Order: sequence, then structure tokens, then C-alpha cells
Amino acid sequence: MVEAAVAMDHAGHAAPARGLTRWLTSTNHKDIGTLYLVFALVMFLVGGAMALLIRAELHAPGLQLVNPGFYNQILTVHALLMVFGAVMPATVGLANWMIPLQIGAADMALPRLNLFSFWLLFFASVLLTSTLFLPGGAPAAGWTLYPPLVLQSGSAFPVAIFSIHLMGASSIMGAINVIVTVLNMRTPGMTLLKMPLFCWAWLITAYLLIAVMPVFAGSVTMLLTDYFLATSFFNPAGGGDPVLYQHVFWFFGHPEVYIMILPAFGIVSEIIPTFARKPIFGYDSMVYAIASIAFLSFIVWAHHMFTVGMPVAGQLFFMMATMLIAVPTGVKVFNWTATLWRGSISFEPPMLFALAFLFLFTLGGLSGLMMAIAPVDLQYHDSYFIVAHFHYVLVPGAVFAIIAGVYYWLPKWTGHQYSVRLGQWHFWLTAISVNVMFFPQHFLGLAGMPRRIPDYATPFADWNAVSTIGSFVFGFAQLLFVWLVWRCARGGERATAQVWDGAHGLEWTVPSPPPYHTFATPPELR
Amino acid sequence: MLRRNLARFAIAALVAALAATPAAADWSLLNLPRGVSELSREIYGLHMLMLSICTTIAVVTFGAMTVALLRFRKSQGAVADTSLVHDSRLELVWTVIPVLILVGMAVPAVARILHIEDMSGSELTIKVTGYQWQWHYEYLGRDVAFFSRLARSSDFARQPGSGIDPATVENYLLDVDRPLVVPTGTKVRLLLTANDVIHAWWVPQFGMKRDAIPGFINEMWFRIDADRPGTYRGQCAELCGADHGFMPIVVVAKSPAEFVAWLEQQRATLARPE
Ligand code: HEM
Ligand SMILES: [Cu+2]
Ligand SMILES: [Cu+2]
Repeated sequence: MVEAAVAMDHAGHAAPARGLTRWLTSTNHKDIGTLYLVFALVMFLVGGAMALLIRAELHAPGLQLVNPGFYNQILTVHALLMVFGAVMPATVGLANWMIPLQIGAADMALPRLNLFSFWLLFFASVLLTSTLFLPGGAPAAGWTLYPPLVLQSGSAFPVAIFSIHLMGASSIMGAINVIVTVLNMRTPGMTLLKMPLFCWAWLITAYLLIAVMPVFAGSVTMLLTDYFLATSFFNPAGGGDPVLYQHVFWFFGHPEVYIMILPAFGIVSEIIPTFARKPIFGYDSMVYAIASIAFLSFIVWAHHMFTVGMPVAGQLFFMMATMLIAVPTGVKVFNWTATLWRGSISFEPPMLFALAFLFLFTLGGLSGLMMAIAPVDLQYHDSYFIVAHFHYVLVPGAVFAIIAGVYYWLPKWTGHQYSVRLGQWHFWLTAISVNVMFFPQHFLGLAGMPRRIPDYATPFADWNAVSTIGSFVFGFAQLLFVWLVWRCARGGERATAQVWDGAHGLEWTVPSPPPYHTFATPPELR
Repeated sequence: MLRRNLARFAIAALVAALAATPAAADWSLLNLPRGVSELSREIYGLHMLMLSICTTIAVVTFGAMTVALLRFRKSQGAVADTSLVHDSRLELVWTVIPVLILVGMAVPAVARILHIEDMSGSELTIKVTGYQWQWHYEYLGRDVAFFSRLARSSDFARQPGSGIDPATVENYLLDVDRPLVVPTGTKVRLLLTANDVIHAWWVPQFGMKRDAIPGFINEMWFRIDADRPGTYRGQCAELCGADHGFMPIVVVAKSPAEFVAWLEQQRATLARPE
């Protein structure tokens, strides 16, 4: 039935529409995937520009570039755009392009919903960014939007909340689409446990999204009614509780960080076997590890709140549950390493980024383990140590995996091979600068520098200067990437269908670039 | 061509990086301070334990990865062993060993939590209230209370375009007009709350931070070593608005006798608290 609907949808326009119409109205999974990916790249650059402004202000003590209020606004918008505008849409773009190709489906199950969720996201991001220029400015309470502070926002507050609602709706629709597609449209013979790990990772991510995005929507709606209707969910003067917000937010927020990293796990699990020329080690345990991480991610949220004054029992529970996450995470890291073992490894750009992911994500996981220890987290919390932690898991973690995925599948999408040399330059500049940028932040945090401050005491000056230098090298290195992708889209050496000699799977059986419609009849599984 | 330009760019960046690094670098600020209180030393010890466990794990796993990357290179003629895809015993090992390590980490952590949360036997209670953007301290039952805010010298220097180099200001952003004064060798309990938004009271040398939340009262305690009188500095740790970066905390620890004298003198000069 689902297939029939897809077939009907495409019956009228077998060839892509021309020009702008194509990009505005296409329901083709490849077009929408491209839209998502390009959009994510643009947001990555916009959010990145904000980050550079932040780092420029922090280059030396004293206020040089922005005033503190505006600093808090760009800090908040930077984080929200990177999470909801860059990382999540990039993984959705990869899902759109690759899930149908990997499972041998003609398209996503719900193409119109697909189109709708992209455009919702597009306008939501525009709305969110626009708050910076509206009277009252953007929210300035950090991406966590803690009340009562966030309730001091100016008159653009409802615009920001509305944009979050739209992004949430968009994510939920995208998630429904992934679930329906993966569960119904696999080619005959592809049982769930034969599915590529990228599809597995996304399937579980989609369930996480459906479970927690409504919670987030609910919590920001309560902020809105506190703001306009004088309800007192979070206002102690009316009997409310500011800490309640934190519980609800992190019930969303912790799964959210896994929403960003599970697809990354999936990507890396595709790339490492290809360039080690060896199947993934422990496929089944990889699947179970993702599932248990997803389950555990629902019961650890208060590790973000060890300083709010929780009862001892609560602290003990959340500490131990959080530590447990290290077990399935370790299984994944060890399985990737075992996949390398006795392989035949080569170092093309996708592999370079996947390997950097392997090392640096692990580093971020280890600092996470340290912060899981409640008594020491009383020192780490809200210091630059945690800024270092989450940037390690998000930048050389999630973002590197996404870049690796783009390098991996770009020849498939465009039909052209890119300049490997340029890719290597991009890799080395990025991988070195990311450490110059974030590693010293561990030191700053341990030495006592709080996060979210526009100016700091002079003893913190040196490492901040180092970090800023790293950030600018990192930022400009990404322009190489943009240039490489642009050139590859325009032309270059023809790519074969298999592209990489170690690549296996249905996506490598179709030509590069794939025809506009693939797998009109389900392919045979070899 | 491209390659040469990139190489030049990389060298230029490196030179710029070195040139921009301040000459008088204080590279000693790398680790958590050991601190001056009973709890801070315990927390420091636990931190060092976790750090060394995590470093060991990192060395082992990164070592294995590196060996794999060196030994099994295609360019060195490595041939993939495609039968190595599963090994239940190995997988069991690297599930069970981490669990054991975690148990080993949890045991001392639990003991520390219990100690931190044990508020009994405090000899002095101070109510700390966060305001946007200053702290208010009230010595409960001692008739002394006052506000503590960013020192004027820092406040002048931090204004955009002040023209004052922060390096010339003593304790830039870490100085207040009136510090909190506490006795050494005494279990001091803080009751934390806030007047407007959430703040957090953090002095790294005491090993503790705790949120000050409007409408609620949180507790924390510290006991500064009897032989460590001195001045200790910290900052608000929870984003509380535009001047969140500008509400430092300064604590002066005096011997109990000096503290009592100080308290007397305050009572004499201060108007009774509002
Ligand atoms: C072994 C796995 C991990 C553990 C044990 C862990 C633990 C923690 C803990 C305890 C905190 C709170 C620290 C504090 O506020 O005091 C934290 C913060 C954070 N973690 Fe992780 N983490 C892990 C993996 C990840 C991953 C995979 C991501 C995302 C891709 C992530 C993203 C974040 C973010 C964004 C924050 C900061 C949130 C904020 O306050 O703004 N973490 N982590
Ligand atoms: Cu978390
Ligand atoms: Cu603050």
C-alpha cells in the first residue's frame, strides 16, 4: 500500500522539474536530502560565524566587541542553530538520501510529509535567527532556556518559542517518515538484523525524537503561559518550581544529545568497515548497544542537575545510571577498533574523519564519565570543563561523523570524485585546530573559569587566546570543505557505481549519480 | 600550486598563533586546585582517581587503535581477515571489565556524596542570597548582613571602551567591595537562595558549588583548614543575565578569634540588618 502511494505520487513527473520549482516543490527523497544537507551547511556556517564572534570576544580579557547582553543572545542562538539547524538537519539529510538507497526503497514512505518538514524547519530557523534583530532581541538564557531568567526575555520571546515549536514538529514528522520507511519498505529478504547500521541508528533515533520532542514542546509552552498568562509553573511566587523546568527540559535534553550522536554512530559504522575492507565486528552487539544507549538515555537526565540540591538518593541513582551508559558506549568503541583489527586499512578522507571521530569522541566520552561522578561534578558543573566535554562529543563527534558521511557518499550523489588532496588538507587543518580550540577548555574549567561569561579574570587569558586561535583556523578550514563540495557538484573525474573498492550494500549497486528514481522494483539482496 | 598555497597558509597560521600567545604565560593553571577545605581535598583526590582511571582507559584503547592503524595498513600489504567479525568471549570481556571499573569508581564516589550532604554539626550559618548582580550575606543570629558586589576598579575597567587594560587591575573581575568573612577550622553552613533568577555560588578552593534558586533554600558546607587563613575567590556559576560574568565571590578566612573580633566590629559600625 505504501509503495502504491509512492508510485502514484511520482507517476506524473518522472523527470525532475526545472529550476527553482524543482527545489521548492520536489517530493523526491534525493532532492529533499540535498535541501536538508545544503541548509545544514549554511546553518553550520551561520552558527559558526556566531561562534567566531564569541571566541573573538573571549580572545583577551576585557570587553572589546559586544556588550554582555548581546553576548548571551548570540551564545543562545549559536547553540540552538547548531543543534536544530545544523547537526540534526544534516543527519536528516543523510537519512533522506541514504535510507531508501540502503534498504532498496523507491523513496521515503511519506514524500509530501517530507517536503513539509523541510520547509517547516527552514522557516523556523529563519524565525529563530530573526529574533536577533527584533525588538527585545533573542532569548539570552542559553540553549537550556532556564526560567526565571528566560522569562526576562524581550518581546521577541514568543517568536523564539514558536520557532522551537515548528522545529519540533518538523523533527517529529521526519522521525515518523523514517520509522514508516524503515519498517515497511525494506526490500524483500532484508530482515531487520540484516539492515545497514546507519538505518538501525536512525530508526532508534527516530523513536527518541518522537518520545522527547513533545516533552520539549510542552515545557516551552509552559514558559509561554508563564510569560503571558501569569500561570506559575516555574514561578516560585505563585507556587511554581524553577527546578521542575530543569527536570522536564533534561528529560528531553539528554535523549536529544543522543539524537545527535546515534546517527553519527551509524555513519561511522558504515565507513570503518569499508576502509578496513572487513565487515563490522559484532553487528548484533552494535545494534543492542544502540538500543541500550537509547533506553538508558531516558533515565539519566538529572546528571545535568547535580548542583540543584537533589536528595542523596536521587544523586546516587542518576550518577550510577549515567555511569552505566559508558558500558554500551564502550562496546561500540571496542567493536569499531576490532573492525580495524586485521583489516586492510586505507586513509581516504571519509576514513580520516571517521578515525578522528573514533579517537576524539572517545575522549569526550571519558570526560563525560568523569562528570557522571556526582561529587566531582560539583566542581566541573557549569565550568569550561563541560564546555570542552560537549564540544568534543559534538564537534569531533557528531560533526566529524557527518563530514565523514558527506565525503563517503558525495561521489555517489554527484557522480564525481572530489580532490582527495584537498580533502586531506581539510582534514588535517580541521582535526588539529579542533583540539587547539577545545582541549585547553578542559584546563580553563578545572582552573575555575565558569561557562557563559563574556569576560574573565586575567589568569585565564592564555588558554583562551589559544582556543580562539584554534577556532579561527577551524572556521576558515571549513571554507575548504565548502569549496571542495561545490567543485565536486560541478564536475570532476567520473565516479564508478561502487566508488570505494571496499564498499558493500545496495546503495553501491546503483550508478553514480543515481537516476532520479531508483529501485522502482525492489532489488534482489545478494 | 594549491598545495604550496595551503602550506604557506598553515605556516602563517602557526606563526600567528605563536605571536598571539602572551609572553607571560601562566601554564600552571591546568588542573583542579587541591583546595583549602576538608571537602575540597576529598574531591580533588576523587578527581585525580577518575582522571587517572580515564587516562589509563584512554591509553589502552588509543594504543590498540594506533597499533591497528599501524599494523594493518593496506599500503603495507595488509590483507583483511574477513572472518574476524564476531567473538562472544571477547565481547563479554569488554562488557564485564568496564562494569567492574565502574563499580570501583562508584564506591568512593558514594562515600563522598554522603559526606558532602552531611550538614550536621555546623557552627556558623550564613544565608547567601543571589541578586542580579550581587550577593547578599546574612550571618544568621549574629546581626550582621551586607551586600557584596564587583569592586569599583574592575567595574570601571570592564566597561566597553574603558581604555583600562585588565592586566593592570588587581584581581580583575575577582574582587568585591565587601568580602564574606568566615572563621577557619569551623564548619560553616551556607543557606542559599536567590531573589530573582537562579545563581550559583562557587569557590573552587572549597571544592563546592551549589545553586541559589528563588523560592527555595539550598544547603552546603565547608570547613577551611585551620592553618589556611587567606583570601579565596570564585564566581557565580549559573547564567543569571547580562552581568553574570561580573558577580564574583570573595571569601576572607580568619582565625576564629580574629573572626569574632571582626564580627564585633561589624556590629558596632553596621546599622542593624534590614
Ligand atoms: C559516555 C557518555 C557520556 C556521559 C557519561 C556524559 C555525561 C555528561 C554529564 C554528566 C553532563 C553534565 C555535566 C554538568 O552539567 O555538570 C554532560 C553534559 C553534556 N553532554 Fe554529555 N555525556 C556523554 C556523552 C555525550 C554525548 C554523546 C553527547 C552529544 C553528542 C553529549 C552532550 C552533552 C552536552 C551538550 C552537555 C551539556 C549540556 C549543557 O549543560 O548545556 N554528551 N554529559
Ligand atoms: Cu546528559
Ligand atoms: Cu550568574
